[in-house]
Amino acid sequence: MKALAARRHHRFAPAVLLLLALLVTGALYAALAPSQATAESTTAQDVQAGKALFAANCATCHGVGAVGTSETPSLVGVGAAAVDFQVSTGRMPMQMTGPQAEVKPAQFDADQTRQLAAYVASLAPGPSIPSAEAVDPTLGDASNGAEIFRTNCAMCHNAVGAGGALSEGKYAPSLWSTTPTQIYEAMVTGPQSMPVFNENNITPEEKRDVIAYLVEQREGSAGGDPLGSLGPVSEGVWAWVIGIGALIGAAVWIGAKSS
Amino acid sequence: MTTTEATAPAPAVPTTPAGRAADYLDQRTGIGVAVKAFARKVFPDHWSFLLGEIALYSFVVLIITGIFLTMFFVPSMGLTTYDGPVTTLQGQTVSEAFNSTLRLSFEVRGGLLMRQIHHWAALIFVASAVTHMMRVFFTGAFRKPRELNWMVGFTLLILSLLAGFSGYSLPDDVLSGNGLRITDGVVKSIPIIGSYLSYFIFGGEFPGHDIIPRLFTVHVLLIPGLILALVGLHLLFVVLHKHTQYPGGGRTDKNVVGFPLFPVYVAKAGGFFFVVFGLLALMGGTMAINNVWNYGPYDPSPVSAGAQPDWYMLFLEGSLRLMPGQAEVVIGGFTLSLNVLIPAVVIPGLLFTFLALYPFVEAAITKDKSPRNVLDRPRNVPTRTGLGVAFLTAFIILALAGSNDLIATHFRLSINSITWVLRFALFIAPVIAFWCTKRICLGLQRKDRELVLHGHEHGRIVRTETGEYFEVHKPLTEQERWLRVNYTAHAPLELSEAAYDATTGEKNPRYRKAKRWSALSRFFFQDRIEPVTPAELEAAQHHAHPAPELAARQPETDGRVGS
Amino acid sequence: MNTPDVTTHETGREVTAATPADTFADPGLPDHKDRLADKDPKASRRAELQTVILFAISVIGTISMMIVFFTVPLDGTTAGVRTQNLALGLCLGFALLGIGLGAVHWAKTLMSDHEVVEERHNVATEPEDREQAVAALAAGVKDSGIARRGILKGAVVSALALFPLAIAVPLVAEVGGDWNIGKFRHTLWRRGTRLATDPTGRPIKASDVTIGSAYHVIPYQEDIPEDVRPGTHGWIDEKAKAIVLMVRLDPAVLKEAEDRKDWSHDGIVAYSKICTHVGCPVALYEQQTHHLLCPCHQSTFDVADGAKVVFGPAKRPLPQLPITVDDEGYLVAQSDFLEPVGPSFWERLK
Repeated sequence: MKALAARRHHRFAPAVLLLLALLVTGALYAALAPSQATAESTTAQDVQAGKALFAANCATCHGVGAVGTSETPSLVGVGAAAVDFQVSTGRMPMQMTGPQAEVKPAQFDADQTRQLAAYVASLAPGPSIPSAEAVDPTLGDASNGAEIFRTNCAMCHNAVGAGGALSEGKYAPSLWSTTPTQIYEAMVTGPQSMPVFNENNITPEEKRDVIAYLVEQREGSAGGDPLGSLGPVSEGVWAWVIGIGALIGAAVWIGAKSS
Repeated sequence: MTTTEATAPAPAVPTTPAGRAADYLDQRTGIGVAVKAFARKVFPDHWSFLLGEIALYSFVVLIITGIFLTMFFVPSMGLTTYDGPVTTLQGQTVSEAFNSTLRLSFEVRGGLLMRQIHHWAALIFVASAVTHMMRVFFTGAFRKPRELNWMVGFTLLILSLLAGFSGYSLPDDVLSGNGLRITDGVVKSIPIIGSYLSYFIFGGEFPGHDIIPRLFTVHVLLIPGLILALVGLHLLFVVLHKHTQYPGGGRTDKNVVGFPLFPVYVAKAGGFFFVVFGLLALMGGTMAINNVWNYGPYDPSPVSAGAQPDWYMLFLEGSLRLMPGQAEVVIGGFTLSLNVLIPAVVIPGLLFTFLALYPFVEAAITKDKSPRNVLDRPRNVPTRTGLGVAFLTAFIILALAGSNDLIATHFRLSINSITWVLRFALFIAPVIAFWCTKRICLGLQRKDRELVLHGHEHGRIVRTETGEYFEVHKPLTEQERWLRVNYTAHAPLELSEAAYDATTGEKNPRYRKAKRWSALSRFFFQDRIEPVTPAELEAAQHHAHPAPELAARQPETDGRVGS
Repeated sequence: MNTPDVTTHETGREVTAATPADTFADPGLPDHKDRLADKDPKASRRAELQTVILFAISVIGTISMMIVFFTVPLDGTTAGVRTQNLALGLCLGFALLGIGLGAVHWAKTLMSDHEVVEERHNVATEPEDREQAVAALAAGVKDSGIARRGILKGAVVSALALFPLAIAVPLVAEVGGDWNIGKFRHTLWRRGTRLATDPTGRPIKASDVTIGSAYHVIPYQEDIPEDVRPGTHGWIDEKAKAIVLMVRLDPAVLKEAEDRKDWSHDGIVAYSKICTHVGCPVALYEQQTHHLLCPCHQSTFDVADGAKVVFGPAKRPLPQLPITVDDEGYLVAQSDFLEPVGPSFWERLK
């Protein structure tokens, strides 16, 4: 429909496209690789392979044995869920330091991610990767999830998960293409600025409800193009660009002498 | 035309049905006089004169769609359980207002379209009012005799902000509820009466259960009534004064040049109403706006990222965001929240006072008492144009500050850095904008003088027999020249009062005031470019062309050059 | 203000004093240029056809809208509502734009485009009319005798000035409810009120609160009066003041004022969630920096250091809720907040 509107007011197409580009930049950056670890049981070989991968790719920052340094956190006890979340979203290994680790295409495939997770999980007990059933949105109650999301999550991630700003250049990412497993893992492990939501705070069933709510948002808006779901500011920009832009265009046409 | 014949004083018996109807009406209303006066009333034609029409038409659309919405909306904060089709809300406790908003969106056919058209129309209404006001400001259309109509328009702008605010708060959702909570916080910051004013608005403690019904009455009765009355007055003034016109040949302060109301303007302006409504319908059909089901029913605990008001309130939001907190002080045990009062009351107060009073200030420093019906070209009044741009710059910076979180996420910046930059920019950027705009205006005026004196550059270089080179300039046509010389460059006011009374030698009490006005006048008109006079043009022409006979030979010249 | 020049009345009749020799002469209206449709009958017919087509589009739009309205079902699903809204919007848009564009095209191409000149008249009343107006008013004043009858004048003025009170006083007295602004100082928290999760309402044990977690907290519903429990209207008013954000910090990073050492429990601290700026819920907890950010105006509070303001428009720290644990290990309040929560108001410290 954006394309439709843009074609109709083709005189403003460049401005519209420019704005469109600005509005969706954040969402594009957050494009994820669809790799996803499963909760199948790990073997001793996995741990061994993971240890080798860790030594080659992670130990420079997190230290041998994943005990961390003054700059980096210890990974002892973070659990398989944290590793799967950080690695499958491409946040780890970090490419460069910045306000926070950026989402990028995952560097490791599903098997390697599972092996890394198995290794870190073997160091000390921690949250494990949730089962497929635990994150199945069709089993969740989207209305209950909406209430929980609104109070616990929306202030950072926006009412429908479009993301938002934190202080000093940090931000809460959009959740449009975060997989249910990753959403669950983020809640139990509290990556980076995000607090931890343990099972007493938000129960596993409630977490599934939240996932159901978020997945439901991917259907878009009943009203038409959601304009990035960013609220009144983007609505205002579109009112000026499309609305006032087209109407001034029409006024110029009305005021101009016919040839 | 049958109607005019039918209403003619000699009572010819009308024969056609339309004629008989017109006769019936005229016998009872005397409407023929009005038809005679208005049918061929002349309106000047220019696209910028249609900006106010956009505002008027979006207001009409607001009324049409608003009536539709009131048929289904329940302005009550009574609690109920949502059991409609929206799965993400089923079973939740919601207010009747929220419930009915959802019902009219999801269960009334065309209801969502009307709601979205209504909201888009509200954004366009204020936006077009602002652009219309910019046009009036930059072209000097507020000058005598239109100062009072500027005040009417200014009041309409304020009312439109209130209309928008009271309207988007009605669905009782989390986003607008937090907006009301901010309003409550701002009201409480007002010294002495703040706490009581908060009770006055909310009928007790925030949020209470009165605010939605109260806002509803304000939104559908009080403000639209006032707007309707003032729009009537606004248009009455336009008819009374007749419309202003842009400068050009044959257009003076004593006439108006354009097309007759009937049929050209009826078709153009009437057609434009349908264009505005049609575009709003397309927007309402394709672009979602204010999805309250995403924000959820109001609950004091949640808030979502991107918590902003509609665009026209963003400047207030930005002003609140920019202010450092240290300004809150305690005086004699009483708390004076200057960190809220300054951004939410003082800064908008200054901006709006500037807008409201500007025409009167300009009248005082020009002492121009003539009716001005021909508009200024913005370049010909550099200081006014500069001040207008500076005002807009400040407004835009505040609006940007109100969007700083979205700027931060979309441009990968630190919200703290943006806030710091904008804190300084709010004071520096308007000054820079003023200076640049004024210089650009003066530059354009010099260019105009240059054009009038020497004509268009032609690109044709001619070498004379003596080996001298010159470029042939094509002189301006009379119309082109008239556009560039027909304006008044006001000079600064002479100081009208002496410091001491000449006879008694006492201090003149009016001296200081007169001096201040004179200084203000100097600020406005010190730098000015006078229009070219015929004598200057003649001098320039004798001077410019060493070989006038050569220039005269060029086919493009009209023979007046050098003559 | 400069005193107005007494010799110039604001009648607008005097214009610039410039003699004709000083200024250029107005060249008059530019010549009229004929349009294509004025000169070429074919272009004129083409324009007419275009106008007809535009109006026809409008008719088609309206008819399509009727068809859509009666045939496309409204099933309440996101996709279904979106489809219907889109179809109705497009049809309505074309129905309206057809008329609008058609009318304007007609006016632009086929109606006369010869400009007409109309003279303006002075807005001001002619002097003789003005004199008559003043005379009429003076006669009226004389007739009424208002100038002579001082007491009558006073009585009329008093009556007119006072009667609005008869409407204003009842309105103002009732519109603010009970006017008891002392309510700003009290919330639902009492000694022993258990802390519960928002919005699910489960009481929280101290052991549930792990380091790095953030709990959005409300008073446990069984510990508060029935008339203000969740689901009632009173609850919303009370929740607006009672909401709390609770986190557990590593005791090593937690800085506590001497007099508040016993307000926390084992690194668990609870602060009012209402911003001290203008009252938004301050809810963005950054686990790593221990900063609490308000999404409305970006006031930032340091939870590890008494919720002091580190950035933004708020001045005061968030009020702290003193907490402890009961016999069963549940977190409970020690008392109400010891200062009013939320934005500042004039009498806050009184």
